[in-house]
Amino acid sequence: MSRDRPSSDVSLGRLAATFCQIALASFGGGLSAWSRKVVVEDRGWMTDEEFLSAMTLCRVLPGANQVNLAIYVGSKLRGPRGAVAAVLGLIAVPVLIVLVLGYLYFRNGSVPATQSILRGITAVAVAMTFAMAYKTGAKALRSLPAWVLCAASFLLSAVFRVPLPVMLAIVAPVALWWAWPARPDASP
Amino acid sequence: MARATGCLAVSLGTALQICLLFGTASLLSVGGGNSVVPEIQLRAVDTYHWLSAAQFGDLFAIAQAAPGPSMLLVTLVGYKAGGVVGALLATVAMILPAGVIVHVVARFWQSSSGARWHVAMERGLAPVAIGLVAASGAIIARTTEHSPAQLALTAAATLVLCATKLNPLFLVAAAGIAGWLGLV
Repeated sequence: MSRDRPSSDVSLGRLAATFCQIALASFGGGLSAWSRKVVVEDRGWMTDEEFLSAMTLCRVLPGANQVNLAIYVGSKLRGPRGAVAAVLGLIAVPVLIVLVLGYLYFRNGSVPATQSILRGITAVAVAMTFAMAYKTGAKALRSLPAWVLCAASFLLSAVFRVPLPVMLAIVAPVALWWAWPARPDASP
Repeated sequence: MARATGCLAVSLGTALQICLLFGTASLLSVGGGNSVVPEIQLRAVDTYHWLSAAQFGDLFAIAQAAPGPSMLLVTLVGYKAGGVVGALLATVAMILPAGVIVHVVARFWQSSSGARWHVAMERGLAPVAIGLVAASGAIIARTTEHSPAQLALTAAATLVLCATKLNPLFLVAAAGIAGWLGLV
């Protein structure tokens, strides 16, 4: 596990390269799990707590979640230019790939068969997502209220398919009330 | 409506339609890019007649399968509407408006670290975020995994990833080969 120098020293090129790596690794899915692995575990640019709150922020705000996350990380490390570098890194190569596939599709009426390969890869992408829940949960779920909040969010989202804004309107007030620190400098 | 796809020229009218449609979709895409797919489909297919509904469905599948964010669907729709220029316009229009909002909110959020409400949100929303991550895994599994072999592969890979520090790329490669051989 390599640690970078203090975050503001991260070069724009390294930011772009990092998000390019994330995008290419996530062939078949698992983009947020890959983002966490690279940003938190490999680069050490964020803690798990900040990553989770950033993810929630990125889900609530308009825009594609993973693009938003790249903007968040880029902004944090290098300001507006960092945000642009991170997004360009995330989408440059995928845009090229998608354009080639689109060209082939409109020319031939189909794309090269990748369906069987994808069946396997998607299964692992789902596993990465579950493993991410496990790894972050091992740190954040250390009390009964935390478990209840987590289970309620899962049930509302996956089982009852409640839209995100509604779900947050139900769960977030309870979560904030539970987590409100006694003193301004109290650490969680 | 015949369009010269692949050509660099794009009519001003089409360019404006692309910017308007995807710029609006960008601001409306609360909760992720997939929330505006029905709106984009309606406009691109029924209003502007850039492509057929079947083609839209195929482009959706291509964008899902390709690496990178699945919102690159808009790149493909823009490509059909206005060639490579249309593709780039659509991509920028879809990212920029929401991106500016995220940047501003992110800076504000980061500058407030230490404030009580910041601490409460970070700590209180962590379990919620974990629930959402697990939920997204379950939802993707329900829509993409149709065989017992796929479910078994997911279960086994989850165990390996939780218990070891193995680079997931090895599992991705192995699973791709297993899929290619028809094992899952």
